[in-house]
Amino acid sequence: MIRRAPLVLGNKTLANVTQDIAGLVESFPGPKYFLGLGAALFLLAIFGVAQGSIAAIGMGLMGVNHPVGWGTDIVTFVFWIGIGHAGTLISAVLFLFRQKWRTSIARTAEAMTVFAVMTAGVFPILHTGRPWVAYWLLPYPNQRGPLWVNFRSPLVWDVFAVSTYATVSAVFWYIGMVPDLATIRDRAQNKWRKRIYGALSLGWRGTARNWNHYEMVYMLLAGLSTPLVLSVHSIVSFDFAVANLPGWHTTIFPPYFVAGAIFSGFGMVVTLMCIVRELVPVFKDYITMNHMEAMNKIIMATGLMVGYAYGSEFFMAWYSGIEYEQFAFMNRAFGPMAWSYWIMITCNVIIPQAFWFKKARTSIPIMFVVSIFVNIGMWFERFVITVTSLHRDFLPANWGEFVFTWADFGALFGSFGLFFTLFLLYIRLLPAISIAEVKPVLPVGREGGQHGHH
Amino acid sequence: MDIIDKLIAKARPQAERGVAGIWLDEKSLVEAARQVRAKGFTKFEAISPYPMHDIDEAMGIPRSFIPWVTFVFGLLGFSFGVWLTWWTSAVDWPLIIGGKPMWSVPAFIPIIFECTILFGALSSVGALIIKCGLPQVDPPVIDPDLSSHKFGLFIPQSDSGFDTTKVEQMLRDLGAADVKQTEF
Repeated sequence: MIRRAPLVLGNKTLANVTQDIAGLVESFPGPKYFLGLGAALFLLAIFGVAQGSIAAIGMGLMGVNHPVGWGTDIVTFVFWIGIGHAGTLISAVLFLFRQKWRTSIARTAEAMTVFAVMTAGVFPILHTGRPWVAYWLLPYPNQRGPLWVNFRSPLVWDVFAVSTYATVSAVFWYIGMVPDLATIRDRAQNKWRKRIYGALSLGWRGTARNWNHYEMVYMLLAGLSTPLVLSVHSIVSFDFAVANLPGWHTTIFPPYFVAGAIFSGFGMVVTLMCIVRELVPVFKDYITMNHMEAMNKIIMATGLMVGYAYGSEFFMAWYSGIEYEQFAFMNRAFGPMAWSYWIMITCNVIIPQAFWFKKARTSIPIMFVVSIFVNIGMWFERFVITVTSLHRDFLPANWGEFVFTWADFGALFGSFGLFFTLFLLYIRLLPAISIAEVKPVLPVGREGGQHGHH
Repeated sequence: MDIIDKLIAKARPQAERGVAGIWLDEKSLVEAARQVRAKGFTKFEAISPYPMHDIDEAMGIPRSFIPWVTFVFGLLGFSFGVWLTWWTSAVDWPLIIGGKPMWSVPAFIPIIFECTILFGALSSVGALIIKCGLPQVDPPVIDPDLSSHKFGLFIPQSDSGFDTTKVEQMLRDLGAADVKQTEF
């Protein structure tokens, strides 16, 4: 029989697992951590200045203008929402498929989802131009009639999809943490730590009757999150696909967007896990090279899927026989913004091919660099879809260019500050690996470790 | 910070006295729970750091009812989505948009779907919180290691046929590493 690699290295006992994970919350981080946090806070300050100026002065600070009315805000919104999807895929979809290797990365992937959706949410609100009346997007009884939102609009679908996704992901993440927060509470020597984690743990006691309901709810949430995550990026793709613009009006958008989301999200998970392994060496026993390799395989598979989608878009444009459609795609690849198209192809289709080789799949420096390229490539994918379709539409008299301004760069790079600040705080303040989920997959006290369960 | 301590003391749940045994591995605890149940105890609790294999069967815990809550509230969310889109778009202020009918169902499916999921998910978590009696302020802890690497059984005084010395002896006979009178 082929031996399966252990999911957790180092022959850990139950007490070791508690100490490794909860101990991190109880200790004070070193200089490397504060260097990272400082860099993240610096970017966050840039984000505040850029988005604050846009809110105070106006959308005109950004590159959007006639004819390109959707720019960095929409591109970056889709980028961050897409990042979030891999988190739900790991925590919910792999859970339903009983993929036990997910247990040690699920918590951090789910945290990534919550923070990525929070970051994404800033962009459409700022893009409305008047963020202080963004609540008009919600259907609430008002004194204007009441005038209701237009439920036939994909943008309103998006409001419902993204807010439902943010709510359900946050609840799923938090409910998953409750037993681990109780563990930290029970270990606490410090009075305030006991109080704060005690409150966060909701007074969880771990009785068999409670675990029985808890496991059921965890499975139900995974079952509900799975169709939810597919719906969210499908609906995001409807923002484009429902419009009549060549380059947007494509029926393959929902699956193409979902595959791209998983691709970019796994890129981000690998980036983050490389950073976590560097900042917290003890986690190398939990987030093993096998985990990294499995994720790199998913990156390559989904990268090939998006590559297929790029090709099929061209085929469909040719096969449709519609000159506007054909022009939109020729313009993408060979027009004035062709540079963005070829950055996308290089980063998303060519570079991930490195993962055919086991050496590349199991080398931290190589996978870190490739995952960064995947992140860059997927931002450019959304840029290509949004901007190159808009900048040359039906009438040549309507053509124009898109030029980045400092506000575009500030909003884009600054958003990483928001994301990484939240992420770095999470790593040291909350249990970054699910203690209660890792323990059942340990080989201790069970013959052969074959019967691990969730 | 006296005030916080006073508030915590006030909100603390009513604890029950009884006898607790502590085991060092999952398997022996599940076996002990099975024996305790066979001796006719019904109100005892097993406490563990993670959900245990076979404990439900050993203690006779039925399958959780929460999927029914999810189902009913999911249906409710679905109905709410149908009602919201229909009433706002076709009844309260009908507007022709994009030449579509007032009650244009395909365009409303995303809204109805999201309402179904949201109601289903939040109601499941709500049911969990209510059923487990959460949140509890500073509940009694038998042993802090029960959320780390030890496994416990607690038999309350109110259980049928409870006798402190007999129960203590029984738990020792079942291999408990530690037995103590406590509250939970």
